[in-house]
Amino acid sequence: MGEKRKIELDYSQLDSERMRLNVGPQHPSTHGVLRLEVELDGEIVTDVIPHVGYLHRCFEKHCEKMEYPMVTPYIDRLDYISSMNNEWPFIMGVEQMMGIKVPEKVEYLRVIVSELNRIANHQIAIATFGLDAGAFTPLLWLFRDREMILAILEKLSGGRLLYNYFRVGGMAADIYPTFKEDVLAAISQVRKTNPEILNLLLLNKIFIDRTASVGILPADVAINYGCTGPMLRGSGVPYDLRRTEPYSIYDRFDFEVQIGKGEVGTVGDCWDRNIVRYREIEQSCNIIEQAINQMPMEGDVKEAFPKKVRPPKGEIYCKAENPKGELGFYIVSDGKNNPERVKCRSTSFVNLSVLPEISKGYMFADLIMILGSIDIVLGEVDR
Amino acid sequence: MQAQEIFDKLKEKFNDDILELKADAPSDPIILINGAELFNIAQFMRDKEELDFDYLVDLISLDLGDNLGAIYIFYSMKHKHRIALKAIVPKDNPILPTLENLWRTADWLEREAWDLMGIKFEGHHNLIRILNPYDWEGHPLRKDYVTPEFYHGMKVPY
Amino acid sequence: MGLLNRLNEPFEGGGIVLGTVEDILNWGRAKSDWYLQFGLACCAIEFMAVNAPHFDFMRFGTIPRTSPRQADFIIISGTVTLKMAERIKRLYEQMSEPKYVISMGSCSNCGGPYWEHGYHVLKGVDRIIPVDVYVPGCPPRPEALEEGMILLQKKIRHEAIFNKRKRIAEEDKKLGLNIK
Ligand code: SF4
Repeated sequence: MGEKRKIELDYSQLDSERMRLNVGPQHPSTHGVLRLEVELDGEIVTDVIPHVGYLHRCFEKHCEKMEYPMVTPYIDRLDYISSMNNEWPFIMGVEQMMGIKVPEKVEYLRVIVSELNRIANHQIAIATFGLDAGAFTPLLWLFRDREMILAILEKLSGGRLLYNYFRVGGMAADIYPTFKEDVLAAISQVRKTNPEILNLLLLNKIFIDRTASVGILPADVAINYGCTGPMLRGSGVPYDLRRTEPYSIYDRFDFEVQIGKGEVGTVGDCWDRNIVRYREIEQSCNIIEQAINQMPMEGDVKEAFPKKVRPPKGEIYCKAENPKGELGFYIVSDGKNNPERVKCRSTSFVNLSVLPEISKGYMFADLIMILGSIDIVLGEVDR
Repeated sequence: MQAQEIFDKLKEKFNDDILELKADAPSDPIILINGAELFNIAQFMRDKEELDFDYLVDLISLDLGDNLGAIYIFYSMKHKHRIALKAIVPKDNPILPTLENLWRTADWLEREAWDLMGIKFEGHHNLIRILNPYDWEGHPLRKDYVTPEFYHGMKVPY
Repeated sequence: MGLLNRLNEPFEGGGIVLGTVEDILNWGRAKSDWYLQFGLACCAIEFMAVNAPHFDFMRFGTIPRTSPRQADFIIISGTVTLKMAERIKRLYEQMSEPKYVISMGSCSNCGGPYWEHGYHVLKGVDRIIPVDVYVPGCPPRPEALEEGMILLQKKIRHEAIFNKRKRIAEEDKKLGLNIK
């Protein structure tokens, strides 16, 4: 028998082989047609490469070919969950260029419809996020409430999802007689069911276990990546365009900017982003309540319509706080009926770019949660 | 800080590379710069204490006929001021330095500008198309772009 | 339905209903269609609303499946871009026969609002896969999609299963077509 040899092991040689996995573009939890190329070491995510563009609908090309009023329907189709909020910055930009001042009633109406749409957007965001975590009931409950809001917006504008309601200098149609009662009823319904969602989903032990301290996004990284909206506020930065650079009449309302505090885990985790959304629903209810009580019920919403929408030569960057973050339009006009160039600063596109950074080192199942917590809409990512 | 003060600050440091300040209403104030110096100017703007532009809001690419343009909008979370820089590059050789290493947002924004407008960003680690398919030809947002007749055997026009 | 109506006048002793095998098979197929869960664009949000309690899509016997191999039909809900088109074709090919397609919304019918300047939009999904039911609208109301579903069920119910080729050829002859 020979001598016992000492075996030296080089542990780096024992590394398991990395696996490349394709998620999407047809996958129930990619929220549309996103494709993720994931590199896995066992079950640990080592790299994520998002491939976008499966819904690139040539928005900016269309803007150049269309007259200003014809651009609004295409803007609706960017972030199709919150169309009302989308239209606002573009219309506001054109109005600023033309020097149009819209009547009081229009300003209030714009605030009310945008905040209603913000509630509807956050409801979908929380519902689908819950679905990613395996909770089906909140989806059914939230969609039930959302129908009430959609009914109001439909009565105002005629569309359930894509409204085309904002016009340069006013709104497409006046309010209907029972508008105030309907809005108040919708708010009280939202306020009633909101705590139920909190108990059912957000404070649920299973849900907290899956989201707390997962996908942590530190504040400086968030700013460097250009994240805005609940993404940034979830990381504890109180940046909200409605407060930092108030546009329209937002300086008249009393509301709190919600930030993530790391109540159940670390500041900037998936749970924080969602609690920010949840609390923003409450704040939106407050804003709507104040607005509907101050709003002048008499008056013409089409008073300030210009004869012809033709802004003077110039360039402007106009932005507004979308439910997902800062949505901006850079409009270049050369004094013609068509814009020379419109560039959309799309929120979801920028927010999504942080995904590879925050998902490395987590389990694959967590990647789905992190993606869900970003709350993207592919129509806006790809434009 | 107002646009004029920011302009003066930059002028002091980079005198010849800062061309002019355009601030006539209704447009937003824009500082015209020399594209070749973009990286240094941007780095100065990010790191200088009084400027502290830590947030790159957007990158806009323009077709200006013979030239291409790029507009960068910056915002400072601390001082709450914003400014736009504009650089103009010739259409036959559209090259700008990348800002990817200063703001990570620039990664995707530059890929988008390359895809749609055809501005090359020197030093970008992975300058490939982002919205259009990887084997797409041409840059659709240029004014002289012609829609292809077929793509992979599928008819494109209506 | 024809089958269920006959329940009122059963044979003596009850419990026996006469019908062709084709009737029974088609009745079963029409009432339990599983679809591929697949959202493309804005229409998909409306499609989600159809699934939600208000409109309750499941009462048609439809269940969402996440794999094309288990699906009977696919709802193309939204804009089909050139980048996506090849994937859709692939998904369609993976589905097992018999398979059906509902095209939901103007975009997948004909290009919708993007028909003129959309350099990256496929002008109608019927350029790559055959479509059974077109649902117009941008987006279609949930009721419209439900009507589309009823139309699809109708189509399935009247489909030939046995001697398919022969019967279709006869019908063609009646219509004066001469397709080999
Ligand atoms: S038909 Fe209209 S709503 Fe549907 S995907 Fe196309 S643009 Fe969107």
